[in-house]
Amino acid sequence: MRLGSGGRRPDGGSAVAESPVAAGGRGLWARLSGSYLMEREGVLGGALLLPAVLYLVAVVGYPLVLSFLYAFSDVTTGSQALHLVGLQTFERAIRDPVFLQALRNTFVFTAVSQALVIVLSTALAFVLNADFRGKWFVRMIVLMPWATPVAISSVVWLWMLDSIFSPFDWFARVFGLLGPGDHIVFLGRSGLAMASVIGLQTWRVLPLATVILMAGLSAIPRDLTEAAEVDGAGFWRRLFEITAPLLAPVMMVALLFGIVFTFTDMAVVFVLTGGGPGNATQVLASWAFYKGINGGNLSVGAADALFMFPVLLGLAAIMLRFASRAEVG
Amino acid sequence: MAATAVRPGRVWNRVGIYTGAFVFSVLCGFPFLWAVITTFKQDADLYNPNHNPFTFTRGATLSNITDLFETTPYLHFIVNSVVIGIIVVGITLLLSLPAAYALARLSGSWGRRLGIGIFMVYLVPPTLLFLPLSRLITVLGLQDSIWSLVVVYPGFTIPLSTWLLMGFFRSIPRDIEEQARVDGYSRLQAVIRTVLPLTLPGIFSVVVFSFTLTMQDFIYALSFVSSSSRMTISVGVPTYLIRGDVFYWQSLMASAVIVAIPVAFLYNAFLDRFIQGFAMGAVKG
Repeated sequence: MRLGSGGRRPDGGSAVAESPVAAGGRGLWARLSGSYLMEREGVLGGALLLPAVLYLVAVVGYPLVLSFLYAFSDVTTGSQALHLVGLQTFERAIRDPVFLQALRNTFVFTAVSQALVIVLSTALAFVLNADFRGKWFVRMIVLMPWATPVAISSVVWLWMLDSIFSPFDWFARVFGLLGPGDHIVFLGRSGLAMASVIGLQTWRVLPLATVILMAGLSAIPRDLTEAAEVDGAGFWRRLFEITAPLLAPVMMVALLFGIVFTFTDMAVVFVLTGGGPGNATQVLASWAFYKGINGGNLSVGAADALFMFPVLLGLAAIMLRFASRAEVG
Repeated sequence: MAATAVRPGRVWNRVGIYTGAFVFSVLCGFPFLWAVITTFKQDADLYNPNHNPFTFTRGATLSNITDLFETTPYLHFIVNSVVIGIIVVGITLLLSLPAAYALARLSGSWGRRLGIGIFMVYLVPPTLLFLPLSRLITVLGLQDSIWSLVVVYPGFTIPLSTWLLMGFFRSIPRDIEEQARVDGYSRLQAVIRTVLPLTLPGIFSVVVFSFTLTMQDFIYALSFVSSSSRMTISVGVPTYLIRGDVFYWQSLMASAVIVAIPVAFLYNAFLDRFIQGFAMGAVKG
């Protein structure tokens, strides 16, 4: 791998550790560590940045360009050559009736889950920002959905939504909502399957949004709300006139991250429903996988995935505006 | 403040907080509670819809856990994930420590932009890259090998780590480093003697988060690796362990719990520092 020049500093680190360089050895050390060039900021900065930048260009930038090339070509896993065929591949991708369904599902999946996340995470951030007994434990429980690898927690949900042994069936039976032989078929009916997939994604992203909001809440100076309290502002007034406006930008950041991770996710759908029943929960990312890897049609898969790109670009633009505003402020 | 009488508003506040804490704990923790209970159940107890699923009608058993380790490649999955994670963390530190230092200290206005640019790379989703990468991996001869993942994972760990480390470096006053240089140390020595020790807790949290990030990946491991002996836990559990017609749900739940609990402890322990780094990278210029 291209780690050559990146190894310079760690090498230097061990050299120092081995020989405690006293004042006398300094001249030699300066010569060893790459002379006076290393002391010049521009050159040194570039040299330190280059390895990381090159690595990212190789494993992210280059494949990103390739994915565009694939989408304008007819490449498959079997073929070696890459023929450019213009927009034909996109046409083939769109003609597939499943595509439109996947596109719609992706938007529904993202919009509903992230709306739920932003409401719930705000409430949760307020709870976790307060001091109470057992907070350490509650915080750990709340973090678990995000900390656990998504494919693993999806397996837990698969069992929790089992068509026969789901604990929700048992609760429903205890409360008399469900007859003795009846079952809630969570993953076998299109509406409930979509709700299940959305539920899992909401549950999983909730901790991330909460953590970001907690960072925002802790940054609001306590004097500000306390001063308002002294002045007689009630809880709701403090919430809407002080906390909410100050929290809005952070909320936006949490929302943007949630949208990016949800819009492009395939693991939840893949493990929980496999896109089914029929293609009722198929999303763009999972559809690209089925087409590209299982079907071996790299070009159509790439075209399917690329339909996520305009949305991502829009989100990135919004984030950049936020970043530049933070820079000015 | 402590001496003043507790006002009714305060009481309701407390009630609200404890209620909220309880509701959210149930909401977030219920699937794990369900998994833990299932792990210790005997077949005859589990597969009877008339039994209360939250109590043990028959005795608890450990055989589901021993089965998991003795009859499935689960241990392989864990070893693969840990080996991949460690090597990727190594590559990540090697590349992002120098880059983050340069972004925090050496570069002017273009460095700020480049820093945001590197962070933006984190937002390029694997679902957009996995098809071209799967072909590149074949060209490199790395298909069905854990090395394919070792090469690809730094693509998302480097951007996040660089961003966090940049925040940690910025939080250390330049004066400390400059003082060391006035004392006659070279730049490199000054950094190693003053800055690195102070950022060590930050570096440690970056190690933890990069490691857990590699365990999160699903699509790359699903696309590049097909032999069970080379699978990671993220892919091995939902594909290999679930593929048969008979679902060994207790062992499956055990496989999930064994991963989830240590990761949750790690996350919780390093969360505050993560928040701090995230915010410092974003706010302080």
